[in-house]
Amino acid sequence: MSERRQSPFRFETAVLLLAVLTLTAACGWSGWDTKMTTVIPKSDFGKLTHGVFMLISWWTLWIFILVEAALLFAVWRFRERPGAPIPKQIHGHTALEISWTVAFAVILLIIGIPTIRVIFKTQEAPAATALRVDVTGRQWWWEFKYPALNVATANEAHIPVGQTIAFHLNGPDVIHSFWVPQLGGKRDVIPGRVNRLVLTPDTPGEYIGQCAEYCGTSHANMRFRVIVHSKEDFERWVAGQQAPAAEPKEPLAQKGKELFGQSACVGCHTIAGISAGVLGPNLTHFGSRKTFAGGMMPSTAENLVTWIENPGGMKAGVLMPNLGMKGEQSQALAAYLLSLK
Amino acid sequence: MATHAAFMPGEAAAAPSGLWSWITTVDHKRIGILYGTSAFIFFLVGGIEALIMRLQLAAPDNTLVGAQRFNELFTMHGTTMVFLAIMPMSAAFFNYMIPLLIGARDVAFPRLNALSYWVFLAGALLLNASFVVGAAPDGGWFGYATLTSKQFSPGQSIDFWVLGLQILGLSSLMAGFNFIVTIVNMRAPGMTLMRMPVFVWMSLVVQFLVVLAFPAITVALILLMFDRFFGTLFYAPAAGGDPLLWQHLFWIFGHPEVYILILPAMGIVSEVLPTFARKPLFGAPVVIYSGIMIGFFGFGVWSHHMFAVGMGPVADSAFSIATMLIAIPTGVKIFNWIGTLWSGSIRFTAALYFSLGFIAMFIMGGLSGVMHASPPVDLQQTDTYFVVAHLHYVLFGGSIFGLFSGAYYWWPKITGRMLDERLGTLHFWLMLIGFNVTFFPMHYLGLIGMPRRIYTYAPDLGWNFWNLVSTVGAFLIAVSFLVFIANVWKTMRAGAVASPDPWDGRTLEWAIASPPPVHNFGVIPTVHGRDELWLQKHGDGHGGTPAPRPPAPTRQDLASIHMPPPSYWPILLAASMLFMMSGALISIYQVVLGGLLTLYCMFRFALEYHRPHPQESLR
Repeated sequence: MSERRQSPFRFETAVLLLAVLTLTAACGWSGWDTKMTTVIPKSDFGKLTHGVFMLISWWTLWIFILVEAALLFAVWRFRERPGAPIPKQIHGHTALEISWTVAFAVILLIIGIPTIRVIFKTQEAPAATALRVDVTGRQWWWEFKYPALNVATANEAHIPVGQTIAFHLNGPDVIHSFWVPQLGGKRDVIPGRVNRLVLTPDTPGEYIGQCAEYCGTSHANMRFRVIVHSKEDFERWVAGQQAPAAEPKEPLAQKGKELFGQSACVGCHTIAGISAGVLGPNLTHFGSRKTFAGGMMPSTAENLVTWIENPGGMKAGVLMPNLGMKGEQSQALAAYLLSLK
Repeated sequence: MATHAAFMPGEAAAAPSGLWSWITTVDHKRIGILYGTSAFIFFLVGGIEALIMRLQLAAPDNTLVGAQRFNELFTMHGTTMVFLAIMPMSAAFFNYMIPLLIGARDVAFPRLNALSYWVFLAGALLLNASFVVGAAPDGGWFGYATLTSKQFSPGQSIDFWVLGLQILGLSSLMAGFNFIVTIVNMRAPGMTLMRMPVFVWMSLVVQFLVVLAFPAITVALILLMFDRFFGTLFYAPAAGGDPLLWQHLFWIFGHPEVYILILPAMGIVSEVLPTFARKPLFGAPVVIYSGIMIGFFGFGVWSHHMFAVGMGPVADSAFSIATMLIAIPTGVKIFNWIGTLWSGSIRFTAALYFSLGFIAMFIMGGLSGVMHASPPVDLQQTDTYFVVAHLHYVLFGGSIFGLFSGAYYWWPKITGRMLDERLGTLHFWLMLIGFNVTFFPMHYLGLIGMPRRIYTYAPDLGWNFWNLVSTVGAFLIAVSFLVFIANVWKTMRAGAVASPDPWDGRTLEWAIASPPPVHNFGVIPTVHGRDELWLQKHGDGHGGTPAPRPPAPTRQDLASIHMPPPSYWPILLAASMLFMMSGALISIYQVVLGGLLTLYCMFRFALEYHRPHPQESLR
C-alpha cells in the first residue's frame, strides 16, 4: 500500500483516464443524428460504406483499449523502486515479435477484404434506368441539370426515393468535392473530367451538402441541399420546373421583370423566355427554391435586397458584381425573383 | 588536405563567442542550436495562427477574421508547421546529436551544413514576408491546381509560396546528402551499422526520404512556377493539362513527408525509453527494419490522399492495401516500445513522460489512419475534421511530443544546464490534456460532417459546443508552452549545472562534457555495441567484462585535432539566393543581379582557401 502511494503518476493517470472517458462519453451523448452526420446513412451507398466503417471502428477500438492498457500497465508495474538492481538486459524475443507481426497481418486481412469488396461494389456502372443528374461545381455554388427531363436548377437538387441516381460531376474552374454526408461519401469535381457518383436514396427528406475540397475564398459558403421526394412529389416538382417562367402579377414584381430584362443580369442568368446567361444560376424557377447564394441564405425579400445591393458583403469573394441597384430597383428585382415559383 | 585546423583545442578550450562567431559558424552543434531556436520561433508563429483560427471557429457565424484571412491562416499554419517547425526541429537534433552519437567531430561537410541552415532561414523569411506585403499564401499547404493558377489566384500570394518552398527544398536536400555521407562514412571505429543508435538509423532513413521525395515536389513547383510566370499550361485542363498531375506529384512527396516528420520522433523515443527503463531497446533490429520498411512503403501509398478523386476501383484497392501494409511495421514499433518498458525499472522524468505521451497519442493517430486506409470509410472522412484530428494525433501527438521528449532529454547535454523537472512535468500534463481537449472532439465533429478549411459554419448543425471546447483546449496548449518558455528562462539563468551523464545514459554523447567541447571527442572512441557507454559502465549484464573506456586524450591528441575554420560564405550565398528569388516578385533585373551574386558566392564558397594551422605547417 505504501508502494501504491509512492507511485509518482497515479493521480495524473486517473485525471487522464477521466478526461478521455468524459470526452468520449460526452461526444456520445451529444448525439449522432445531426443534419450532416456521416454515421446514419440514408442510401445504399452510405449503408455499404458505413458497414466497413463500423467493422474497422470496432477492431480499432479494441486494439486501442488493449494497447493503451498494456502501455499504462507496463508503466505502472515496472516503475522504479528504491534500491532495485539494474533490470535484466533483455534485447528482444523473436517468437513474440513474429507473433504480433502475424497478428497485425491477420487483422488487416479481416478489414481489407470487405474494404475491397465495397470499393468495387460502390463503383459499379449504373443501371440504364438510373436517373442522370449533371452536377456542375462552380466558385461557389452548385448547378444541377437533368438532361432527360430538361430541368436546370441551382443549389437544391431534387431526387426521387428508391431510384438509382447517377450524379455526373464536372466543373469549369477549380476542384470542388460533391458531398452529402447522409447520402454517402464524397466525390471530387475536377475540371476537365467527368466523375460519377451512383447512389440510391432510401428515405425521403432534406439533406445538407457542402463542398468538401478547398476551392478558394468562399469555400465555406458553397453549400447545397438534396431533397429526396416520394415518387409523386418528385413528378410534381419536375412538372413545375418544366413549366415556363411565371408571369408576375404584382406591379412591383412586374417592374422587376422589366428591370431584369434591361440590366446586366441577363448576361449571366437564364430566365426561360427572357435571357440565356450561363455564368450564374438559372433563375427560371428561383421562387421555388428555399435558399440562394450557394445554399447559404434563406430566400426572403429582405435577404435578396441585401444581396443584390452588395453581393460581396454577404459572400466573400463572390463573382456576381454589384450593379449599383438601389432602393426600389432592388426591391422590385427581389419581388420578381420570388414570384418565379 | 584542403581543411586545415584554424581551431586549436590545446590553447583555446572555450569556443569563440559573439554574434559574428554564430554567423560564421560551421560547428554542427551551433548550427543545431540555430535550427532549434529558429524552429521554435516559427512553431510559436504557427501556433498563434492556429489560435486565431480556433478563436474564429469558437462560435458559428463568427466574424473575428474574414474568409480571406482565414484561408491565409490555415495555409500558413500548415506550411509553417511542416516546413518551418517540425522539419527544422528534427534538423536541430540531426545536427547536434548525429555526430555525437556516432563518435564524430563534425558532419562530413560543415560549410554545406551552415549553408543548409542559412538557406532554410532565407526560405522561411521569404514565406513570412508575404504577411508584411499583404499577400500571404491562401491556396492551402497542398496548393492544389487549378486554384493556384494565375487565373484563379491572380495576386502574388501563391508566388511567395512557390518560391519559398523551392528555397526550403534546396536546404533540405543539401542537409539530406550531408547527413547520409556523415552517417555512412564518419562512424567511430567498431560502430557497424547495426551498432548504430536507433535515432541515427531513423535519421538515415529520413535523409533518404528527403533526397528521394523533395525532387518530386521540386518538379511540381517548377511546373507551377512556369505556369504562373511564363504562361505554360501544365495544370490547365482547358489546354490539355491535368490538375491531377499536381496531386500525384505533390503527394508522392507529401506522404513520405509524413514519415520525414514522424521518424525522427520515433528515433528519439527509441533512445529515451531504454535510458529511463534502464533496459536496451526491445528488438532493436526489428525497430530498425520497421523504420526502413515504413520509409520504403511510404513511397507507394501517396494516392490514399486522393481516394475521392475517382481513380477507379483497381487503383483505390492497390493504394488501400499498400497503406494498410504500413500499419504492420508501425504497430510492431509500438509493441517493441512497450516491450522496452516491460520488466524495466522506469524512472519518471519529463523526457520520459513526453515519450510515453508520444506512444499513447500515436496509437490513436495510427489507428484512425488505418480507418482512412479503407477508401469506403475515407470517402466520408477525407477533408473533414476527422482527418484534422487524425493528422494532429500523428504530427502533434506524435512528432511534437517526440521532439519535446528529445528536447528535455538532450537539454543538459546541449546547454550544460538541467531543466526544472517539476515545470517539465507540468508542461507535459498541460500539453497532454490541452492536446486531447483540442483534438479529440474533432473526431466527433468530422463524423457529424464538419468539413475542413471552412472559416465559418451554420449554427444548426450540432457543431457549436465541441468547437468551443476545442478552442479552449488550444489555449491550454498555449499555456503549456508558456510553462516551457518559463522553464528555459529560469534554468538558463540559475539552473543546476549538468554533469556529463545526468541520466545514466547509454550512448556516446553522455561520455563527454556537457556541453561538449568544440571537437566533441578528445580521442575518437572504439565502439563495442549499440549501447557503448552502458557497456563501459555496467557491462553487458550477462557476466561479461565492461567494455574498455577510451584513454584520456593527451596533449599530443588534442594538438592533432583538425576542426574546420569559420566561414562567412554560407550566409552570403544564402543571402544572394534570397535576393535572386525575391527578385522574381519585384524585377527581372534583381533576378539577374541576384543570380550573378549567387554564382560569385558559389565560386568563393567552393574555392575558399584556409590558412594552414601553425602546428600543421611545423610537421
